[in-house]
Amino acid sequence: MSIAVNAVEPAIRLSGLTKVFPGSGAPAVDGLSLDVPRGSTMVLVGPSGCGKTTTLKMINRLIEPTAGTIEVDGRDVTNLPAHELRRGIGFVIQQIGLFPHRTIEANIATVPKLLGWDKSRISSRVQELVEVVGLDRSVLKRYPPELSGGQQQRVGVARALAADPPVLLMDEPYSAVDPIVRGRLQDDLLALQGELHKTIVLVSHDIDEAIKLGDRVCVLNVGGIVEQVARPADLLAAPVNEFVAEFLGTDRGLRRLALLTVDELELKRGPVVERTAGGDEARAAMARAGTDWFGIVEDERLVGWAPSSGLDGRASLAEVETRRFSAGVYGHDTLRTTLDRIVSSDTFVAIVEDADGRYRGMVTIEQIGRGSRA
Amino acid sequence: MILAQPRYSRDSWLDWSWVTDNTDDIYAATREHLVLTVLAVGIGLLISIPLALVAADRRRLRAPLLSVTGLLYTVPSLALLGVLVPYTGLSRTTALIPLVSYTLLILIRNIIEGLDSVPGDVREAAAGMGYTRRAIRWRIELPLAVPAIVAGVRIATVTTVGLVTVTSLIGQANLGQLMVSGFQRGFRTELMVGVLLVVIIAVVADLVLSGLQRFATPWTRRRATS
Repeated sequence: MSIAVNAVEPAIRLSGLTKVFPGSGAPAVDGLSLDVPRGSTMVLVGPSGCGKTTTLKMINRLIEPTAGTIEVDGRDVTNLPAHELRRGIGFVIQQIGLFPHRTIEANIATVPKLLGWDKSRISSRVQELVEVVGLDRSVLKRYPPELSGGQQQRVGVARALAADPPVLLMDEPYSAVDPIVRGRLQDDLLALQGELHKTIVLVSHDIDEAIKLGDRVCVLNVGGIVEQVARPADLLAAPVNEFVAEFLGTDRGLRRLALLTVDELELKRGPVVERTAGGDEARAAMARAGTDWFGIVEDERLVGWAPSSGLDGRASLAEVETRRFSAGVYGHDTLRTTLDRIVSSDTFVAIVEDADGRYRGMVTIEQIGRGSRA
Repeated sequence: MILAQPRYSRDSWLDWSWVTDNTDDIYAATREHLVLTVLAVGIGLLISIPLALVAADRRRLRAPLLSVTGLLYTVPSLALLGVLVPYTGLSRTTALIPLVSYTLLILIRNIIEGLDSVPGDVREAAAGMGYTRRAIRWRIELPLAVPAIVAGVRIATVTTVGLVTVTSLIGQANLGQLMVSGFQRGFRTELMVGVLLVVIIAVVADLVLSGLQRFATPWTRRRATS
């Protein structure tokens, strides 16, 4: 199975990739085809024995494929000398594998040195990278064992990025660090990727990591069989079979909400009227929305809401007392956050404001329900 | 042969007047002792390094290589000298053959161990960065094996310093000769000077080598902070 990508040629194209290790009958990877779009992150995820790491290592030929082709940037890489190919592909591994006999500076400079860059270019690149990955320059003169696990992993990423390769391969990069550091490193990778737009292939056994980091997730089954390739939200919404559904685990709907933002919804104006409007207008708005409360806007700002009983005996809204909406969100908030706010509010809606506090619309629980399935 | 003359004390363990009268001879014996030690360990390394490198890659060669050098190690030095004299005479070559062969087991084993101790992830990262196999060997594995190799060189050196004394029996004029002649003639000062100098050479050589290692492997001097 291969996924169709826009007109753009994929950065990495695997076709019929197969690996049979000597002495084992069953193939570790069997006829795997996969396109990785340029500038995106593809996470290979699956249980142990699914061939995800084998697949990754075939891309830079640390493992030679038994059959099939690998194209990186349209070139068949099986014809290149392996060491030259690897200098053009960033590589990050789980145990990090920093060279213990070299300073952090020398570790980061590894590939530029192999490529024969001149000293001043290497030095300025190293200085730049240390900051890109969020480390202090004071670590440069130190040796790897003097750094914490998280710092070492950052150095590992800096080393992989040193020669600015278009493609980055990451083999379970965060499974050796504790969960708190892992979360931070994952956030950093997302931020980094937002600026660098590398083509990343990342191997993980953790579906939550895959969903968090991947633009696309490729779920593999034992023997290197591709079960599904999809965007994380689509994967959660529609697993193609029992295996994928089981691998995704419980709470799929809720977890999907964490991937969608308010901006992706079509916001409704809701039962909202201007302060200058009359009571009939407010009643009409409530009838349309099917609510027994209405909101009041002044100068594009939603000042609050009032129950229908607040209209009793009043012809205009000028005197109506309002209560503040307790649930407010912004466009970049996730639907999961929004849902959480809604369930603890009085009106069962979350109001959406722009950065300047102007009213944009409201999100109802029904909208979120539809969003979790669409 | 240094003659102990009656004017020196036979009861004292160390008669300084004998030492000051014979400084030239003592110096020459010390120098010869050092030359033989350095040659033996140096030649031992020249033989061991290529053999160990080959055996590090081909696991099947390890057992036979270690058995042969282990066998050499067990041959008594005196016996080996006796066997060699008819062929190579009372020469420095005759002295060097057993000395060199005793270093091989220790050196080869330590070099292989040093190369083996390089973590798999470091090798994999090096390959993944685009190092060739050769470059991994020379720029990653061998530097990381230096502490283990130097540890082997230290043991081999200290052992050789002691063994060199035995070669005085085939006429090699080193510190062993002072001991033998002092012992045979019951002249304690001569015996004592030989023993003391051998011990001093061994200790100093060990310290110098360990200092060299610390200098050459700065990464082993740092303590982990995490």
